Amino acid sequence: MSPRGNRVVITGAGTINALAHDVAGTLEAFREGRCGITELDIRDKERLSIRIGGQVHNWDPEDRFNRQQIVLYDKFTQFTLLAAREAVAQSGLNFEGRLGYETGVILGTAGGGVNTWDENYRAVYEEGKNRVHPFVVPKLMNNAACSHVSMEFHLKGPSFTVATACASSNHAMGQAFHMVRSGMTKAMLTGGSESMLCFGGIKAWEGLRVMSKDACRPFSLNRNGMVQGEGAAVFVFEDYEHARARGAEILAEVVGFAMTSDAADIVMPSKHGAARAIAGALRDAGVNGEDVGYINAHGTGTAANDKTECAAVADVFGPHADRLMISSTKSMHGHLIGGTGAVELLACIMALRDGVIAPTIGYEEPDPECALDVVPNAARDAKVDVVLSNAFAFGGLNAVLALRRA
Amino acid sequence: MARSVQEKVIAIIAEQAVLEPSDVTMTSTLEDLGIDSLGLVESIFAIEEAFDISVPFNANDPGSSAFDISSVAAIVAAVEGLVAARAA
Repeated sequence: MSPRGNRVVITGAGTINALAHDVAGTLEAFREGRCGITELDIRDKERLSIRIGGQVHNWDPEDRFNRQQIVLYDKFTQFTLLAAREAVAQSGLNFEGRLGYETGVILGTAGGGVNTWDENYRAVYEEGKNRVHPFVVPKLMNNAACSHVSMEFHLKGPSFTVATACASSNHAMGQAFHMVRSGMTKAMLTGGSESMLCFGGIKAWEGLRVMSKDACRPFSLNRNGMVQGEGAAVFVFEDYEHARARGAEILAEVVGFAMTSDAADIVMPSKHGAARAIAGALRDAGVNGEDVGYINAHGTGTAANDKTECAAVADVFGPHADRLMISSTKSMHGHLIGGTGAVELLACIMALRDGVIAPTIGYEEPDPECALDVVPNAARDAKVDVVLSNAFAFGGLNAVLALRRA
Repeated sequence: MARSVQEKVIAIIAEQAVLEPSDVTMTSTLEDLGIDSLGLVESIFAIEEAFDISVPFNANDPGSSAFDISSVAAIVAAVEGLVAARAA
């Protein structure tokens, strides 16, 4: 045991997002700096002023689920289950025996079954129907994905869903990390999912006037807002001794986590809240700032986030801020809101395992307020030992994870 | 017509700033009136609803938006332009 508890490692990963329907395809897109943001294909698009997104294309639930499952699975649950299947298969774990009692599920989502809300409000308000399908509630609830994962894999330990807007996944993975580290569980399935790309979901975001109509360009002087994405990523977090004893392949070690609240503004970010979370994750991991080679930024592409995040990094790391790399993969897969930290953890694992740093694409003009090495437009080969993943949510809730090379 | 646009815009801004309309002058800036970024987005929404127009405004880059928010007079002029364009 380390001074803080058991060591925690990642032994499985799965995803579906705008770039690919699996981890291998997503990492390939990261290496190529490919953009998954396209014109949206959704109902009533002509009434939207925002018409682009990181949408999952070529998705037919009937390829993956039977009719009884589809009536219960909102798209955010479908995405989660697909990602969980890939992660569990990679880990090689079987939860049917005792391990199932020692493993739980903690997932993040901001909106849960937004498509189900949207479709059924349409039915009762627009179409004037007085009856909806009997499973609307179990389909839309925010914990539906978590519960279906626990049922599919026989996971009977501590399980719940975290909703902290854009930081949901990082908060979820932080909780999962704590549970394995403390010995409360042997393993956890964790990550997050989001599927808000429907008329009501986008219309709500339009209202804030922070969305870009053309592209997500984090840290670029001409950035003009965020672009929504959808999808999921799920990981298997496992007790290191347990993983080692069975000879499992270790993708990375989770070494630190910290969370803070700005207690300041419901939408504007705070440099101090972000900096305290970053510094807290370093302290929790027992690493020095100089050890950090890469940060997967929150990097939303809004004016406010990107400059505040860069200022926070500069504050925490001092002169080392100019030597580390920081990139935002939201430029490729969009902002998955409650699922974003999970998909972005894949870029952290790629940096540690493959020595490839995912780029910030769409970068066109340097911004003096974001004067860090943002790995513009092309992936880079670099050996890094420790990486961070930032998430700073609306509501001022911040969550930062630290990972180390296995 | 022009006067009523001015009166309605000032009433919307005054309500957002929690002031009397008489305290809002044409040379006031939103900053003078204590309206922050959220208050601005809410004011623009109220203007769109009041005049049935769409205001081109992106909070990421207020400076380069086609909609000039540098003063109350600028906002009134911009709204008048949008109202005229809608009527045309």
